[in-house]
Order: sequence, then structure tokens, then C-alpha cells
Amino acid sequence: MEARIYKNKKLIWIFLAPAFLFMFIYLYYPFVQNILNSFQHIKYMGTAGGEWNAPWYSNYLKLLSDPKMMTALKNTGVMLVATILGQVGIALLLALLVSNIGAGSGFFRTVYFIPIVISATALGLLFNLVFLYDKGMVNQFLQFIGYLDMEKNQLIDWKSKHAMFTMLLPVIWQYVGFYFVILLTGISGIPSELYEAATIDGASRAQCVRYITLPLLRNSIGTCVILAVTGALKVFDLPWTMFVNGMSNTWLTGTYMYSKVYSDVDYASAIAVVIVVLGVVLSNIVNRLFKENADYNA
Amino acid sequence: MKKKFSIGYFVIYLFLILWALTTLFPLIWSVMNSFKDKKMIYSNSFSLPVGEAFSLENYKNIFANYNIFSAYRNSLIISGTVAFAVIFLASMAAYIMCRYHFRLKKLLSLLLYAGMMFPIYSTIIPVLRMQAKWGIVNSPHVGLNLLSVILPQIAGNLSFAIIVLEGYIRTLPIDLEESAFLEGCSMFQTYFRIVFPLCKPSIVTVGIFSFLWSYNDLFTQMFFLRTKENWAITILLNNIASKEGVNYGALFSSVTLIVIPVLVVYLILNKYIIKGMTVGAVKG
Repeated sequence: MEARIYKNKKLIWIFLAPAFLFMFIYLYYPFVQNILNSFQHIKYMGTAGGEWNAPWYSNYLKLLSDPKMMTALKNTGVMLVATILGQVGIALLLALLVSNIGAGSGFFRTVYFIPIVISATALGLLFNLVFLYDKGMVNQFLQFIGYLDMEKNQLIDWKSKHAMFTMLLPVIWQYVGFYFVILLTGISGIPSELYEAATIDGASRAQCVRYITLPLLRNSIGTCVILAVTGALKVFDLPWTMFVNGMSNTWLTGTYMYSKVYSDVDYASAIAVVIVVLGVVLSNIVNRLFKENADYNA
Repeated sequence: MKKKFSIGYFVIYLFLILWALTTLFPLIWSVMNSFKDKKMIYSNSFSLPVGEAFSLENYKNIFANYNIFSAYRNSLIISGTVAFAVIFLASMAAYIMCRYHFRLKKLLSLLLYAGMMFPIYSTIIPVLRMQAKWGIVNSPHVGLNLLSVILPQIAGNLSFAIIVLEGYIRTLPIDLEESAFLEGCSMFQTYFRIVFPLCKPSIVTVGIFSFLWSYNDLFTQMFFLRTKENWAITILLNNIASKEGVNYGALFSSVTLIVIPVLVVYLILNKYIIKGMTVGAVKG
């Protein structure tokens, strides 16, 4: 319904224009430019695209035969699965547990959220020290508990022998608290009468979770999975700080794109287009998956 | 449903506290080691820096070799400007998008949602080219270089901010605006005197989110802040990391210096921050 006081629309563009001009100049226009660039030849970063590539889609052919790009795609795939299962999974578990306790839930909320506000660069640096070969936190700890032999100075080279694990762990860990808060908010929105009725009918705690909480959380979980997917495609700062230039084969689509940005500009544009396409396709798939059987949603 | 102490509760708390330790301990560990010299870190990084072990050397080194204060200042200028600009531009647009019906409204709101989906990767190359043409990239003036980070960051936060603020304005009763109209207020007066003040909680949320996002964003800073005097705090940290490779003490103290201000602000404003970082996501 239209409010009668908002009939005079002559001046609304004065309010709309600044924000949308900004977005046209800095988002929509460059976005389209970037797609065009991926078909053109660009000599240096900062110069305009010259003639079209021959064939015009040659950058995309190159992508298919680029082993580093394949590594990046594979690793990003691993990252996707790990973030969905790890982040959302752990977050769901924590949210279910916290929703079952009385005292301290505010404390856990505050503490679990801490890593999200800290810059990924600082965390990357910190985790470099945690996984340091020469007596980082983990290796020192393993020596103290006797898993590694201290006398022989036995150490584990995390960043080259277990590179993917070492990269994934901090990324997953950082955002668990984010999904935790979303899911906890979802759980607190479920009316308590449902649980009371179920308990009277003799349902156990586990049954309440299985038949009330999880189905009613479907939307929130779907939101989390979409965010985890788009987040996993965007991740840059932390992997870049820990594994500069894709060392130990840890390329991700984002870090690989950056590494090409100065040496092969139009190729980097093509990688960026792939990142966008992946994001749109994957979030649509997730959306479908979580909407399809939504019949028991309120 | 009150339950007394049971094994089940004990296990739940144990598990929750364990996860809390993973989020707290690395930070505490970093602060602890920042006050120890390399030998102490090397022999036992878990010991407390008390008595003999306590040392301020790492901090002296960091402050002597790097211009931390200039980086803090640049970061504050960048992120503060981004937050203020986002608040004003977004709330004005959100007010119109929420209250008015006009021809291009559908298209604009579609564009808003699309804007949230564009990753920075897909715009950065043309943005750099455009800003280079304007002469604000690699300029001899610090202010212009900072501006070249500020502008894309404002744009990057706007769509999120407009969507959040629009949602909030929708929950406000329209009566106040109606009586303002009857009193003869113009659109501008209604916005500045009524709508903007009423939006305060949501504006705090949006402001904090934009500030933090900008403060922590390494990617944009890597493109536009290339020389020492232009460095903001995140890119400075990145450079310290590559220069001080094995000087662990320096790394610990610089991480601590970067993390502590954010942590203090977080502990004071955590309600707003948690809301700010999640509300937009859930709505979108």
C-alpha cells in the first residue's frame, strides 16, 4: 500500500543517486568490463583492453589446460566441502549444545565470535606460528606430550607435508562462530510449546532434536550453507598469508587469480569470471536443495 | 524443565569450554610470547613471561623499525571514512527504497542483491585501471592513495548496508513521518529529523560492520597501498610477516598490536557487532 505522504516523487533521485552512482561506477560497470576483458588482450595491469583474443575464448581454453588452475579448482572444491561440513557442522553441534544449557550461553556467543572480528591476516600469521616447523605451538605440544621425540628433536613439517590440512583448519575454525550465531538465533525462534508438547508425549531429548529442531532449522541451515559456499569461493587473506604464491600446491581460485593479476591480466579476468559463475551456480544448487522439500516448514 | 547436575551437562560444558579455548588460547598465547625473547619462545612457548623471562624488546624493535602509528592513522582514516560514507549513502537510499514506489524500484532492488554476489575479484582489475586513469593510484599524495582504497570499499559495502537498513526502516511505524508531513516537513527534513535518528540501532550495526570489514580487508589494500607511508595496518602486518620471517618475537608482538584494539572494541560493543555481522547475512 502506498502511503499518501510519499506521493511526491520529484526529489527522490537526490537520495538514491549517490549510492547507486557509486555502485554503478565501482560494481556494475567494472563487472561488465571484466567479462569483456577476459576475451581481450591486455598487456599491462592498468591499461585498457586492446584487440580481441583469437579465438575470443582462448583464455578459457587455457584455463582447461592449466595444471595450476586445475589444482586451484580441486583445492577450492575441497575447501567447499570442508567449510560446509566443518563450519556448519561444528556450528550446528555447538548451537544445539548451547541451546540446551542455561548459564553461560552469552559467554559462549561472545567468545566463539572473536575470531571473526580479527583480521584474517593476523590469524594467518598467528597460525604460521602455531604450525611452525621449528617448535611452533603444535610441534612443541606434541613434544611435551611425548608424541614426538624431544631428544632427537623430531618435528612435523605441517606446511609442506600436510599443507591442505594446515590451510583448511584455520579457515574453518575462524567462521564457526558466525554460523553458530545464525543457527542459535534460529533455534531460539522455535516456540517452546513444541518441545513441551513433545516431552509430554514422551519424546526424548534426542528425538526432540531430530524431529523438531532440525526440520525447523532447515531454512537457517540453508542460509548457512549458501554463505559457506560463497565464503569459501572468496577466501583469500588467510591462505595468502600462510601460503604465499600457492606454496606446497595450495592454490585456490582466489589466490591463483591474484598471482596472475600483474603478469597475465586478461587471464586473471577470466579466472575471476569463473569464480563468479561458480558462485552463482553453486548457490543456486544449494538453494534448490534446501527449498525443494520445504513442505514441513512453517 | 530444571535438571540438576548430571554427567550429560558435564560433557556438554566440557565440549563447549574446549571450543572456547580454541578461540581464546591462540590469542593469549600470542600475547604471552610477545613479551618473551626468542630463546624463551623456542624453549617453551607455553610458559608465562614473568620475572626474568619478561622482555619488552620485541615491542621496542617493532616500534623502531616500523611506523605503526602511521599505519593506525591511515587505517582509522580509511575505515572511518568508509563507515561514515556507507551510513549516509545507504540510509538515504534505503529510506527511499522502503517508503516510495517508483518505476525503477524492482530493477534497483535486483541490482542490490546482485551487488552482494559480486566478489571483489571480478571488479578489481577494471577498478584499478579506472582509478589509475584518474591519477589516484600510486600518487605522491598519501590522501589520494587512501582515497583509492576508500572509494571501492564504500561501493563494496553499500548493497549490504542498504538491504539491512531497508529492512529496519520497514519495522518503523509510519505515523511519525505522517505527522511530520502534516506539520509541513519536506522529504529532507523528514529524513534527517525523523527517520535517520530512529534508525540508530541499525546504523550502528552497519557502521561497525563496514568499519571492521574495511580494517581487515587485505586484498584491496594490496592493490592500492604500495609504499610505506601509505600502509594501513593490515598491509603493514603482511609486510612485517614477509620481512621478519624467523624473528618470532617480532611476529608475536605485531600480531598482538593489531589484534588488541579490535578485541577491546569488540568486547565493549559485542552485541552490536554480532548482530551487525549476521543480520545482513540472514536477510540476504
